[in-house]
Amino acid sequence: MATDNLELYEVFVRARRGLDHKHVGSLHAQDAEQALEYARDVYTRRSEGVSIWVVRSRDICASQEDDSESFYDPSDDKPYRHATYYQLPEAVNNM
Amino acid sequence: MMTPEQNFMRKIEAEEKIEPKDWMPEAYRQNLIRQISQHAHSEVIGMQPEGNWITRAPSLRRKAVLLSKVQDEGGHGLYLYSATETLGVKRADLIAAMQSGEAKYASIFNYPTQTWADIGAIGWLVDGAAIVNQISLQRTSYGPYSRAMIRICKEESFHQRQGYELMIALAHGSPAQKAMAQDALNRFYWPALMMFGPHDAESAHSAKSMTWKIKRETNDDLRQKFIDQTVPQIEFLGLVHPDQDLKWNAERGHYDSGEIDWKEFYNVINGNGHCNRQRVEHHIRAHEEGAWVRDAMTAYNAKQRAKTTEQRQAA
Repeated sequence: MATDNLELYEVFVRARRGLDHKHVGSLHAQDAEQALEYARDVYTRRSEGVSIWVVRSRDICASQEDDSESFYDPSDDKPYRHATYYQLPEAVNNM
Repeated sequence: MMTPEQNFMRKIEAEEKIEPKDWMPEAYRQNLIRQISQHAHSEVIGMQPEGNWITRAPSLRRKAVLLSKVQDEGGHGLYLYSATETLGVKRADLIAAMQSGEAKYASIFNYPTQTWADIGAIGWLVDGAAIVNQISLQRTSYGPYSRAMIRICKEESFHQRQGYELMIALAHGSPAQKAMAQDALNRFYWPALMMFGPHDAESAHSAKSMTWKIKRETNDDLRQKFIDQTVPQIEFLGLVHPDQDLKWNAERGHYDSGEIDWKEFYNVINGNGHCNRQRVEHHIRAHEEGAWVRDAMTAYNAKQRAKTTEQRQAA
Protein backbone atom coordinates (compact mmCIF):
# COMPACT_ATOMS: atom_id res chain seq x y z
CA MET A 1 0.00 0.00 0.00
CA ALA A 2 1.31 3.42 -0.86
CA THR A 3 1.60 5.62 2.18
CA ASP A 4 2.73 8.62 0.13
CA ASN A 5 -0.73 10.07 -0.05
CA LEU A 6 -1.49 9.47 3.59
CA GLU A 7 -0.89 11.86 6.43
CA LEU A 8 1.53 11.05 9.22
CA TYR A 9 -0.05 11.18 12.68
CA GLU A 10 1.59 11.17 16.11
CA VAL A 11 -0.15 9.00 18.69
CA PHE A 12 -0.52 9.79 22.42
CA VAL A 13 -2.02 7.33 24.88
CA ARG A 14 -3.28 7.89 28.41
CA ALA A 15 -2.46 4.71 30.31
CA ARG A 16 -4.75 5.39 33.24
CA ARG A 17 -7.22 8.06 34.24
CA GLY A 18 -5.38 10.84 36.00
CA LEU A 19 -2.15 10.46 34.01
CA ASP A 20 -0.91 12.65 31.16
CA HIS A 21 -1.20 11.38 27.60
CA LYS A 22 2.19 10.04 26.59
CA HIS A 23 3.69 9.85 23.12
CA VAL A 24 3.84 6.25 21.93
CA GLY A 25 4.64 6.48 18.20
CA SER A 26 3.18 7.42 14.85
CA LEU A 27 1.24 6.00 11.92
CA HIS A 28 -0.11 6.89 8.48
CA ALA A 29 -3.81 7.47 7.97
CA GLN A 30 -6.26 9.10 5.61
CA ASP A 31 -7.80 11.32 8.25
CA ALA A 32 -8.02 11.79 12.00
CA GLU A 33 -10.87 9.35 12.45
CA GLN A 34 -8.97 6.61 10.66
CA ALA A 35 -5.83 7.48 12.61
CA LEU A 36 -7.73 6.93 15.85
CA GLU A 37 -8.92 3.52 14.70
CA TYR A 38 -5.45 2.50 13.56
CA ALA A 39 -3.95 3.76 16.78
CA ARG A 40 -6.40 1.63 18.73
CA ASP A 41 -5.43 -1.41 16.65
CA VAL A 42 -1.69 -0.79 16.73
CA TYR A 43 -0.94 0.77 20.09
CA THR A 44 -3.60 -0.48 22.50
CA ARG A 45 -3.96 -4.17 21.68
CA ARG A 46 -3.18 -5.09 25.29
CA SER A 47 -5.29 -2.49 27.05
CA GLU A 48 -2.41 -0.05 27.19
CA GLY A 49 -4.70 2.89 27.55
CA VAL A 50 -8.03 4.49 28.32
CA SER A 51 -7.76 7.43 25.93
CA ILE A 52 -5.96 8.15 22.66
CA TRP A 53 -4.99 11.46 21.05
CA VAL A 54 -3.85 11.69 17.44
CA VAL A 55 -2.22 14.82 16.06
CA ARG A 56 -1.02 15.48 12.52
CA SER A 57 2.78 15.38 12.67
CA ARG A 58 3.07 18.50 10.55
CA ASP A 59 0.94 20.38 13.07
CA ILE A 60 3.53 19.80 15.78
CA CYS A 61 5.89 22.70 16.24
CA ALA A 62 9.05 21.41 17.89
CA SER A 63 12.15 23.05 19.28
CA GLN A 64 15.35 22.20 17.44
CA GLU A 65 18.52 20.61 18.76
CA ASP A 66 20.38 23.71 17.55
CA ASP A 67 18.24 25.87 19.83
CA SER A 68 19.27 23.94 22.96
CA GLU A 69 21.87 26.42 24.02
CA SER A 70 19.72 29.52 23.91
CA PHE A 71 16.71 27.61 25.25
CA TYR A 72 18.15 25.85 28.27
CA ASP A 73 21.55 27.31 29.15
CA PRO A 74 20.03 30.16 31.17
CA SER A 75 18.69 27.64 33.73
CA ASP A 76 22.11 26.13 34.35
CA ASP A 77 23.35 29.00 36.49
CA LYS A 78 20.19 29.18 38.60
CA PRO A 79 20.61 26.39 41.13
CA TYR A 80 18.54 28.44 43.58
CA ARG A 81 15.41 27.31 41.73
CA HIS A 82 15.86 23.90 43.38
CA ALA A 83 14.75 23.08 46.92
CA THR A 84 18.02 21.26 47.61
CA TYR A 85 19.97 24.51 47.21
CA TYR A 86 18.74 25.69 50.62
CA GLN A 87 20.68 24.04 53.45
CA LEU A 88 18.52 23.92 56.55
CA PRO A 89 19.52 22.53 59.95
CA GLU A 90 18.42 18.95 60.62
CA ALA A 91 15.75 19.99 63.16
CA VAL A 92 13.69 21.81 60.52
CA ASN A 93 14.85 20.11 57.35
CA ASN A 94 11.55 18.30 56.74
CA MET A 95 9.94 21.20 54.85
CA MET B 1 -27.34 0.18 32.49
CA MET B 2 -25.87 2.90 34.69
CA THR B 3 -27.03 6.48 34.30
CA PRO B 4 -24.27 9.02 33.55
CA GLU B 5 -24.63 10.29 37.13
CA GLN B 6 -24.19 6.80 38.58
CA ASN B 7 -21.21 6.16 36.35
CA PHE B 8 -19.69 9.47 37.50
CA MET B 9 -20.14 8.54 41.16
CA ARG B 10 -18.76 5.07 40.48
CA LYS B 11 -15.53 6.64 39.18
CA ILE B 12 -15.34 9.02 42.16
CA GLU B 13 -15.80 6.17 44.61
CA ALA B 14 -13.27 3.98 42.81
CA GLU B 15 -10.68 6.83 43.05
CA GLU B 16 -10.64 7.17 39.27
CA LYS B 17 -9.99 10.67 37.96
CA ILE B 18 -12.62 12.60 36.03
CA GLU B 19 -11.21 13.84 32.71
CA PRO B 20 -12.40 16.85 30.67
CA LYS B 21 -14.53 14.96 28.15
CA ASP B 22 -16.28 12.78 30.74
CA TRP B 23 -19.86 13.48 31.72
CA MET B 24 -20.01 15.40 35.00
CA PRO B 25 -22.80 17.04 36.99
CA GLU B 26 -23.14 20.74 36.20
CA ALA B 27 -22.67 21.62 39.87
CA TYR B 28 -19.36 19.67 39.92
CA ARG B 29 -18.19 21.63 36.89
CA GLN B 30 -19.21 24.96 38.42
CA ASN B 31 -17.64 24.08 41.74
CA LEU B 32 -14.35 23.26 40.01
CA ILE B 33 -14.41 26.41 37.89
CA ARG B 34 -14.88 28.47 41.05
CA GLN B 35 -12.16 26.72 43.02
CA ILE B 36 -9.48 26.34 40.32
CA SER B 37 -9.91 29.86 38.94
CA GLN B 38 -9.77 31.29 42.46
CA HIS B 39 -6.57 29.34 42.94
CA ALA B 40 -5.20 30.75 39.65
CA HIS B 41 -6.11 34.32 40.62
CA SER B 42 -4.32 33.82 43.94
CA GLU B 43 -1.10 32.79 42.21
CA VAL B 44 -1.18 35.85 39.97
CA ILE B 45 -2.24 38.41 42.61
CA GLY B 46 0.31 36.82 44.95
CA MET B 47 3.06 38.18 42.70
CA GLN B 48 2.30 41.72 43.88
CA PRO B 49 3.21 41.71 47.60
CA GLU B 50 6.51 39.96 46.83
CA GLY B 51 7.19 41.90 43.65
CA ASN B 52 7.11 44.96 45.91
CA TRP B 53 10.53 43.98 47.29
CA ILE B 54 12.43 42.81 44.20
CA THR B 55 14.16 46.15 43.68
CA ARG B 56 15.00 46.44 47.38
CA ALA B 57 16.30 42.93 48.10
CA PRO B 58 19.40 43.26 50.30
CA SER B 59 21.73 41.25 48.04
CA LEU B 60 21.99 40.06 44.44
CA ARG B 61 21.48 36.48 45.62
CA ARG B 62 18.27 37.32 47.50
CA LYS B 63 17.08 39.34 44.53
CA ALA B 64 17.65 36.48 42.07
CA VAL B 65 15.86 34.06 44.40
CA LEU B 66 12.88 36.36 44.86
CA LEU B 67 12.65 37.06 41.14
CA SER B 68 12.67 33.32 40.50
CA LYS B 69 9.93 32.73 43.01
CA VAL B 70 7.70 35.44 41.57
CA GLN B 71 8.28 33.98 38.09
CA ASP B 72 7.15 30.59 39.42
CA GLU B 73 3.91 32.10 40.77
CA GLY B 74 3.13 33.49 37.32
CA GLY B 75 3.76 30.07 35.82
CA HIS B 76 1.54 28.41 38.42
CA GLY B 77 -1.23 30.83 37.54
CA LEU B 78 -0.90 29.72 33.93
CA TYR B 79 -1.08 25.99 34.80
CA LEU B 80 -4.24 26.65 36.79
CA TYR B 81 -5.94 28.87 34.21
CA SER B 82 -5.26 26.15 31.63
CA ALA B 83 -6.77 23.52 33.92
CA THR B 84 -9.86 25.74 34.37
CA GLU B 85 -10.19 26.17 30.60
CA THR B 86 -10.56 22.39 30.18
CA LEU B 87 -13.98 22.89 31.82
CA GLY B 88 -15.19 24.96 28.88
CA VAL B 89 -14.72 28.52 30.14
CA LYS B 90 -12.78 31.36 28.56
CA ARG B 91 -9.77 32.77 30.37
CA ALA B 92 -10.82 36.33 29.52
CA ASP B 93 -14.12 35.78 31.36
CA LEU B 94 -12.32 34.40 34.41
CA ILE B 95 -10.02 37.39 34.55
CA ALA B 96 -12.94 39.80 34.10
CA ALA B 97 -14.73 38.13 37.03
CA MET B 98 -11.67 38.61 39.22
CA GLN B 99 -11.26 42.24 38.21
CA SER B 100 -14.92 42.99 38.95
CA GLY B 101 -14.64 41.38 42.38
CA GLU B 102 -17.15 38.66 41.51
CA ALA B 103 -14.41 36.02 41.80
CA LYS B 104 -12.14 35.94 44.85
CA TYR B 105 -8.47 35.23 45.42
CA ALA B 106 -6.71 34.23 48.63
CA SER B 107 -7.27 36.94 51.22
CA ILE B 108 -3.69 36.76 52.46
CA PHE B 109 -2.49 38.81 49.50
CA ASN B 110 -4.50 41.79 50.69
CA TYR B 111 -1.99 42.27 53.50
CA PRO B 112 0.88 44.66 52.82
CA THR B 113 4.56 43.65 52.79
CA GLN B 114 5.99 46.30 55.08
CA THR B 115 9.51 45.03 55.73
CA TRP B 116 12.06 42.70 54.16
CA ALA B 117 11.24 40.12 56.86
CA ASP B 118 7.74 39.88 55.39
CA ILE B 119 9.30 38.23 52.33
CA GLY B 120 10.73 35.54 54.59
CA ALA B 121 7.44 35.15 56.47
CA ILE B 122 5.49 34.81 53.23
CA GLY B 123 7.73 32.09 51.82
CA TRP B 124 7.80 30.21 55.10
CA LEU B 125 4.20 30.62 56.31
CA VAL B 126 2.07 31.54 53.30
CA ASP B 127 3.72 29.14 50.88
CA GLY B 128 3.97 26.63 53.73
CA ALA B 129 0.21 26.78 54.28
CA ALA B 130 -0.39 26.64 50.52
CA ILE B 131 1.78 23.52 50.26
CA VAL B 132 -0.19 21.72 52.99
CA ASN B 133 -3.36 22.43 51.02
CA GLN B 134 -1.83 21.60 47.64
CA ILE B 135 -0.31 18.30 48.72
CA SER B 136 -3.81 17.24 49.67
CA LEU B 137 -5.18 18.51 46.34
CA GLN B 138 -2.79 16.33 44.37
CA ARG B 139 -5.41 13.65 45.04
CA THR B 140 -8.36 15.77 43.85
CA SER B 141 -10.83 13.93 41.61
CA TYR B 142 -10.44 16.17 38.54
CA GLY B 143 -7.52 14.98 36.38
CA PRO B 144 -6.21 18.31 35.02
CA TYR B 145 -6.38 19.95 38.47
CA SER B 146 -4.60 17.02 40.08
CA ARG B 147 -1.82 17.10 37.46
CA ALA B 148 -1.40 20.86 37.86
CA MET B 149 -1.08 20.38 41.64
CA ILE B 150 1.57 17.69 41.24
CA ARG B 151 3.60 19.98 38.97
CA ILE B 152 3.16 22.95 41.31
CA CYS B 153 4.10 21.04 44.48
CA LYS B 154 7.29 19.87 42.80
CA GLU B 155 8.30 23.46 42.10
CA GLU B 156 7.00 24.97 45.30
CA SER B 157 9.18 23.40 47.99
CA PHE B 158 11.98 25.83 47.15
CA HIS B 159 9.60 28.69 47.97
CA GLN B 160 9.13 27.65 51.56
CA ARG B 161 12.78 26.78 52.12
CA GLN B 162 14.10 30.09 50.80
CA GLY B 163 11.64 31.91 53.07
CA TYR B 164 12.69 29.96 56.13
CA GLU B 165 16.37 30.37 55.29
CA LEU B 166 15.76 34.13 55.14
CA MET B 167 14.02 34.01 58.54
CA ILE B 168 16.99 32.14 60.06
CA ALA B 169 19.35 34.85 58.83
CA LEU B 170 17.22 37.57 60.44
CA ALA B 171 16.25 35.72 63.63
CA HIS B 172 19.89 34.84 64.30
CA GLY B 173 21.11 38.28 63.26
CA SER B 174 21.27 41.62 65.08
CA PRO B 175 18.61 42.52 67.70
CA ALA B 176 16.97 44.84 65.16
CA GLN B 177 16.83 42.04 62.56
CA LYS B 178 15.40 39.64 65.11
CA ALA B 179 12.73 42.17 66.05
CA MET B 180 11.86 42.55 62.38
CA ALA B 181 11.51 38.77 62.04
CA GLN B 182 9.26 38.61 65.14
CA ASP B 183 7.09 41.43 63.83
CA ALA B 184 6.65 39.71 60.45
CA LEU B 185 5.76 36.42 62.19
CA ASN B 186 3.21 38.23 64.38
CA ARG B 187 1.53 39.85 61.40
CA PHE B 188 1.50 36.83 59.05
CA TYR B 189 0.82 33.92 61.41
CA TRP B 190 -2.92 34.45 61.87
CA PRO B 191 -3.70 35.38 58.25
CA ALA B 192 -1.79 32.20 57.23
CA LEU B 193 -4.14 30.14 59.44
CA MET B 194 -7.10 31.88 57.78
CA MET B 195 -5.89 30.64 54.38
CA PHE B 196 -7.46 27.26 55.15
CA GLY B 197 -10.89 28.89 55.17
CA PRO B 198 -13.71 28.95 57.72
CA HIS B 199 -14.30 26.15 60.23
CA ASP B 200 -15.80 23.04 58.64
CA ALA B 201 -19.23 23.77 60.12
CA GLU B 202 -19.26 27.24 58.52
CA SER B 203 -17.74 26.37 55.17
CA ALA B 204 -20.16 27.02 52.32
CA HIS B 205 -18.69 24.60 49.78
CA SER B 206 -17.00 21.96 51.90
CA ALA B 207 -19.56 19.15 52.22
CA LYS B 208 -20.28 18.75 48.51
CA SER B 209 -16.60 19.19 47.64
CA MET B 210 -15.71 16.35 50.00
CA THR B 211 -18.38 14.03 48.56
CA TRP B 212 -17.08 14.71 45.07
CA LYS B 213 -13.51 14.42 46.29
CA ILE B 214 -12.61 17.83 44.90
CA LYS B 215 -11.31 18.47 48.40
CA ARG B 216 -9.74 15.50 50.19
CA GLU B 217 -9.30 16.86 53.70
CA THR B 218 -11.36 19.41 55.61
CA ASN B 219 -10.27 23.00 56.31
CA ASP B 220 -9.81 22.29 60.01
CA ASP B 221 -7.77 19.11 59.48
CA LEU B 222 -5.41 20.86 57.08
CA ARG B 223 -5.11 23.85 59.40
CA GLN B 224 -4.24 21.54 62.31
CA LYS B 225 -1.48 19.96 60.24
CA PHE B 226 -0.02 23.39 59.55
CA ILE B 227 -0.27 24.51 63.20
CA ASP B 228 1.51 21.35 64.35
CA GLN B 229 4.32 21.53 61.82
CA THR B 230 4.97 25.24 62.44
CA VAL B 231 5.57 25.01 66.23
CA PRO B 232 9.09 23.48 66.08
CA GLN B 233 9.98 25.85 63.23
CA ILE B 234 9.14 28.88 65.39
CA GLU B 235 11.06 27.34 68.31
CA PHE B 236 14.14 26.80 66.16
CA LEU B 237 14.13 30.46 65.16
CA GLY B 238 14.00 31.42 68.83
CA LEU B 239 10.96 33.60 68.24
CA VAL B 240 7.88 33.94 70.43
CA HIS B 241 4.84 32.04 69.22
CA PRO B 242 2.09 34.55 68.35
CA ASP B 243 -0.64 32.28 69.78
CA GLN B 244 -0.69 32.71 73.57
CA ASP B 245 -3.23 29.91 73.96
CA LEU B 246 -1.19 27.31 72.11
CA LYS B 247 -0.89 24.14 74.17
CA TRP B 248 0.11 20.54 73.44
CA ASN B 249 -2.82 18.18 73.86
CA ALA B 250 -1.38 14.73 74.55
CA GLU B 251 -4.78 13.09 74.27
CA ARG B 252 -5.42 14.38 70.76
CA GLY B 253 -1.77 14.24 69.74
CA HIS B 254 -2.12 17.78 68.41
CA TYR B 255 -1.68 21.35 69.55
CA ASP B 256 -4.76 23.16 70.82
CA SER B 257 -4.80 26.74 69.63
CA GLY B 258 -6.46 30.07 70.21
CA GLU B 259 -9.45 31.23 68.16
CA ILE B 260 -8.93 33.00 64.88
CA ASP B 261 -10.35 36.51 64.52
CA TRP B 262 -13.07 35.61 62.02
CA LYS B 263 -14.36 39.16 61.89
CA GLU B 264 -11.04 40.18 60.36
CA PHE B 265 -11.22 37.25 57.94
CA TYR B 266 -14.64 38.23 56.58
CA ASN B 267 -13.74 41.88 56.61
CA VAL B 268 -10.74 41.28 54.33
CA ILE B 269 -12.63 38.84 52.08
CA ASN B 270 -15.35 41.41 51.64
CA GLY B 271 -12.96 43.98 50.29
CA ASN B 272 -11.86 45.92 53.36
CA GLY B 273 -8.32 44.64 53.81
CA HIS B 274 -5.36 47.02 53.61
CA CYS B 275 -4.60 46.34 49.96
CA ASN B 276 -7.76 44.92 48.29
CA ARG B 277 -8.29 47.95 46.06
CA GLN B 278 -4.62 48.40 45.30
CA ARG B 279 -4.22 44.75 44.22
CA VAL B 280 -7.14 44.77 41.80
CA GLU B 281 -6.35 48.23 40.46
CA HIS B 282 -2.78 47.16 39.77
CA HIS B 283 -3.98 44.02 37.99
CA ILE B 284 -6.37 46.02 35.81
CA ARG B 285 -3.68 48.58 35.00
CA ALA B 286 -1.13 45.90 34.03
CA HIS B 287 -3.80 44.15 31.95
CA GLU B 288 -4.75 47.34 30.13
CA GLU B 289 -1.16 48.44 29.59
CA GLY B 290 -0.50 45.05 27.98
CA ALA B 291 -3.44 45.37 25.60
CA TRP B 292 -1.24 46.62 22.75
CA VAL B 293 0.76 43.36 22.84
CA ARG B 294 -2.39 41.27 22.47
CA ASP B 295 -3.64 43.59 19.72
CA ALA B 296 -0.32 43.34 17.89
CA MET B 297 -0.47 39.53 18.03
CA THR B 298 -4.00 39.51 16.62
CA ALA B 299 -2.98 41.89 13.83
CA TYR B 300 0.09 39.76 13.02
CA ASN B 301 -1.99 36.57 12.90
CA ALA B 302 -4.53 38.19 10.58
CA LYS B 303 -1.71 39.34 8.30
CA GLN B 304 -0.12 35.88 8.23
CA ARG B 305 -3.45 34.26 7.43
CA ALA B 306 -4.09 36.69 4.59
CA LYS B 307 -0.62 35.94 3.20
CA THR B 308 -1.20 32.17 3.26
CA THR B 309 -4.55 32.54 1.52
CA GLU B 310 -2.93 34.73 -1.14
CA GLN B 311 -0.16 32.20 -1.73
CA ARG B 312 -2.67 29.38 -2.00
CA GLN B 313 -4.72 31.28 -4.53
CA ALA B 314 -1.61 32.11 -6.55
CA ALA B 315 -0.48 28.45 -6.62
